[in-house]
Amino acid sequence: MALPGPVNRYLLLMAQEHLEFRLPEIKSLLSLFGGQFTNSQETYGKSPFWILSIPSEDIARNLMKRTVCAKSIFELWGHGKSPEELYSSLRNYPVEKMVPFLHSDSTYKIKIHTFNKTLTQEEKIKRIDALEFLPFEGKVNLKKPQHIFSILEDYGLDPNCIPENPHNIYFGRWIADGQRELIESYSVKKRHFIGNTSMDAGLSFIMANHGKVKENDIVFDPFVGTGGLLIASAHFGAYVYGTDIDYNTVHGLGKASRKNQKWRGPDENIRANLRQYGLEKYYLDVLVSDASKPSWRKGTYFDAIITDPPYGIRESTRRTGSQKEIPKGIEKCPESHVPVSLSYHLSDMFFDLLNFAAETLVLGGRLVYWLPVYTPEYTEEMVPWHPCLKLISNCEQKLSGRTSRRLITMEKVKGFENRDQYSHLLSDHFLPYQGHNSFREKYFSGVTKRIAKEEKSSQE
Amino acid sequence: MKLLTHNLLSSHVRGVGPRGFPLRLQATEVRISPVEFNPDFVARMIPKVEWAALLEAADTLHLVEVPKEPIQGYEHDERFLRKMHHVLLEVDVLEGTLQCPESGRLFPISRGIPNMLLSDEETET
Repeated sequence: MALPGPVNRYLLLMAQEHLEFRLPEIKSLLSLFGGQFTNSQETYGKSPFWILSIPSEDIARNLMKRTVCAKSIFELWGHGKSPEELYSSLRNYPVEKMVPFLHSDSTYKIKIHTFNKTLTQEEKIKRIDALEFLPFEGKVNLKKPQHIFSILEDYGLDPNCIPENPHNIYFGRWIADGQRELIESYSVKKRHFIGNTSMDAGLSFIMANHGKVKENDIVFDPFVGTGGLLIASAHFGAYVYGTDIDYNTVHGLGKASRKNQKWRGPDENIRANLRQYGLEKYYLDVLVSDASKPSWRKGTYFDAIITDPPYGIRESTRRTGSQKEIPKGIEKCPESHVPVSLSYHLSDMFFDLLNFAAETLVLGGRLVYWLPVYTPEYTEEMVPWHPCLKLISNCEQKLSGRTSRRLITMEKVKGFENRDQYSHLLSDHFLPYQGHNSFREKYFSGVTKRIAKEEKSSQE
Repeated sequence: MKLLTHNLLSSHVRGVGPRGFPLRLQATEVRISPVEFNPDFVARMIPKVEWAALLEAADTLHLVEVPKEPIQGYEHDERFLRKMHHVLLEVDVLEGTLQCPESGRLFPISRGIPNMLLSDEETET
């Protein structure tokens, strides 16, 4: 066997999607599997090629069983800015680490992966032939090789300026692929029960990974809707709870969200959704409940709270309220025992959420949620804060020219005490969020202005 | 609704505070829904369970063979864990009510889903 070095170098091939979400995902997963993320590389920004230093191949394999941001991982044997640099780097790689994968009884193939350029077959063969100096003794088998080696060439990020020669060339032994195929197999298009705001499958898995969800955890979504986020957590082996204020959604009643379908079918509910993916055993319960007035007892029993709170664009923000507070024109709920809901101040909603997380999460448990922001006014100080929760990551997804939502991940780092409950009121940096439904107003004012403009220009 | 859920819920009617736990369970329809046994998960739940509340709920459903308390070394006691698995995860209350022990407020359970909504007058501010 190869001598175990202090750390080995691996090459991650990242997917070029949700760029900002990639580093927190890889960091969270490494911390889950006992690896540490070392900042040895210049940049983890936009490039699809990341070099990782981690202690073992097992950690690399565990990482790939979870990541939806990375496509593949390779044991890195050599790296250079030019072919010559690559070859000299490969000559310096310890032979005893190569031999177990190159001996005469083995079969192998060499693949070429280029980023931002396409090579001809002839060019590819030339590159493979140039590696003759490596002690390959096995037989080539293109269909079912035991070992796959890859040459990866990086031609930069600008499709309008493709260089003649690559910026970087890597050579490595393929170890495992990530979970990109989950994005297709869990696609919302094929899901039985969906709502107006069902989360795209890739982002749901990213959220579960940011939340460090693991086997036998309990994960809770206080704004569960049709349960899309629970599916991702259950896929990773966590047991799930959800609540929603909307009686019809929780019971799977009422109007369908799908085109060409008027009413929801008899078995459109969260439990059936999990069943569709073979995950029903992870269903604990869903309740009709108001997230602003949680009905959970004192104690710490949630390992992660992962949620997409409504912010009043496609689903309204609501909480229960008394009759006297209802402004005119709000529709009555069809269920007689469901109190009418009031529109819910966004700022209150996030404070309630953080406070609830601080109370009920286990120590080290994570809260992952989306925060809508009006980009021209956004500052980092607007991100809600709690003395028991530490901010881990804050990633932006653009929604329109001036609006975006940010995926906020926080970790519980301190036990909850009653005096922590109102501490956010003492700090004044939430003022930008205090306006009633300010995000919603801005979103729609922008939209209405644009529509008015378009109408005007079409009339001219 | 599973008994694990009942064990984690509390009444939040105004002024009730910690006396809102445990909710009094009344069931008119109970189903046993088999769930794949996972000893590691059940073992993780044992320290989180409020035992008196669990026994009370199990009693109203006339369940037998409910362990009276957690036993030493339960993590490795499959018989104990299987019993707990059944009580916490397989007993499913489909129709019934949860009642606030302090105020008497009833929360309906229908099709297995409790409805915990209250109006503003009923809740803490």
